[in-house]
Amino acid sequence: MDMDVKEKIPPAEEELVEKIPKKRSYFGEIWHRLRKNPVAMVCLVFLAVLILAVVFANFIAPYDYAEADLSLRFALPSAEHIMGCDEQGRDLFSRLLYGGRYSLMVALIAVAIGIVVGMVVGALCGFFGGGLDSVLMRVMDVIMAIPGLMLAICVSVALGSGVFNTALAIAVGTIPIIARQLRGSTLLIRSQEYIEAAQSFGEGYFRIIMRHVIPNTLAPIIVQASLYLGGSIMAIAGLSFLGLGVQPPTPEWGNILNTGLDYIYQFSTRWHVIVFPAMFIILTMLAFNLLGDGLRDAMDPRMRK
Amino acid sequence: MEHLLEAKELSKYYTTPNGPLHAVEQVSFTVDEKTTLGVVGESGCGKSTLGRVLVGLLDATGGDFFFEGENVTHPDKKKRKELRRKMQIIFQDPYSSLDPRMCVSDLIAEPLKALKLARGATLEKKVQELMDTVGLARRFAYSYPHELDGGRRQRIGIARALSVDPKFIVCDEPVSALDVSIQAQVLNLLKELQIEKGLTYVFITHNLSVVKHISHDILVMYCGCMVEKCPSKELFAQPLHPYTKGLLAAIPIPSLHVKKPDIVLSGEVTSPVNPKPGCRFAARCPYVSDLCKQEMPKPQELAPGHFVACHRAKEINSL
Repeated sequence: MDMDVKEKIPPAEEELVEKIPKKRSYFGEIWHRLRKNPVAMVCLVFLAVLILAVVFANFIAPYDYAEADLSLRFALPSAEHIMGCDEQGRDLFSRLLYGGRYSLMVALIAVAIGIVVGMVVGALCGFFGGGLDSVLMRVMDVIMAIPGLMLAICVSVALGSGVFNTALAIAVGTIPIIARQLRGSTLLIRSQEYIEAAQSFGEGYFRIIMRHVIPNTLAPIIVQASLYLGGSIMAIAGLSFLGLGVQPPTPEWGNILNTGLDYIYQFSTRWHVIVFPAMFIILTMLAFNLLGDGLRDAMDPRMRK
Repeated sequence: MEHLLEAKELSKYYTTPNGPLHAVEQVSFTVDEKTTLGVVGESGCGKSTLGRVLVGLLDATGGDFFFEGENVTHPDKKKRKELRRKMQIIFQDPYSSLDPRMCVSDLIAEPLKALKLARGATLEKKVQELMDTVGLARRFAYSYPHELDGGRRQRIGIARALSVDPKFIVCDEPVSALDVSIQAQVLNLLKELQIEKGLTYVFITHNLSVVKHISHDILVMYCGCMVEKCPSKELFAQPLHPYTKGLLAAIPIPSLHVKKPDIVLSGEVTSPVNPKPGCRFAARCPYVSDLCKQEMPKPQELAPGHFVACHRAKEINSL
């Protein structure tokens, strides 16, 4: 039974090749891995171009977003109006560019608020448990019990319109979902020995949560976030429709698409008022989604090839 | 000689819905500097809880614990920080005790950063030295744990524990998750480090051969209580407690000609939740008497350095 322990330790690592790879920073490492993912890179470039175009819409857009020419109602795409005109004869391309400003900004802010608050709540609940967990989770349950749109309406009515307020109104509904998810993964991580190890070196709770818990629970959250971006764009449209988001004639992707959908029965002749706004939204969602996927893989050292 | 470590009736209870769970019950022992105390016992007997109480990951419910002659059972924040530099722990599972998102050098540097002991170039140099000490090639510095095998991962755990230059390390089953071939390597590494750096270990394991190989003294635990403590050789030559006898008889001997004593312990381990008074081993002990069911035996020194917690130890062993 006795183990043969007399045997000398073989020089544990025969250093045949003394090749020490270069050290990269945490984000450097992620970037390095992301760069090897062509799909994610294409999405990144697409989003960069889109965001730049939207930000500099006033230089790029060929027409003003409110400039109407009734003689051009539902004009099909042509050389002057590359995406055609809408029901009031306004240039669709220009409207979509300007509309992206509002849609993207609100959606990004909304997702950011939802993720950050949801993560903080979830991590606290999962990590500390006990009374704090019960109280916060019941609050989350209450928020979850109210339909998302109702909640958004309530918050918008209470706070008024504006980019940040609208974003907040939309974010409130996503907070409990993120919080629940993060609480679950935090409970899992918490029982791992490396958390105990960190405690034995005297790392504080804040540091443990930031350095060990969050990075290890981020993967599903990133994917979720990219999905919420698309959902938020549509939620903004819903609020606008109820008169709580942006007001006409200010364009916004959701309301452009909504208006277009009224003409779905004339799709064969007026397809462009549906296809182009939908295309903007779908491509943006898809790009965020694929980029999120790539980012998740890049952040996981286990996926390193 | 002054003892580096002394536990006096150390207890740890967990609260459960059915009452307190007596995970560690009045365990007393001493560990001298530069020696190893092996703690053995079956799963759930409180060995790991004891180890975690010693390094301050859990708070003792009762009793006292002295380190370098100072009572450190409930140290204040400053003292605790100081103790973290002197006491470290090596964990059982080299898979779950390393954060999968940190590379080797970050893992080893973690305690140094957390305790603000080194940074920048000093930190880097220190990490490299540690990697040399535990026999990890430098080319693994920026590898991730999942890329390494169990033995190398456990070396990371050892390097991490060593990084703060502790005097005392609790090894919580450091080799039980490893292949037998790698177990020997890691055990020898721990032994060499002990001599080189003058370390003191409390070595927790359920593997009797491992404990025999590495320990100077052995403490046998059963259901939270200490049943026997004596020098390593003596335990294997002359176990005095009926539980230890059963435990040793359970070691398989890979030979056809050796006949081993036939002691089979029947029954189950007593539940440590709300335990009955009396010896914890009474329900399974072949020598049980009325006294055993009423009063918990206190450890008594039957031979120099040989403590046994059994009312009938003298009779049974005809001492």
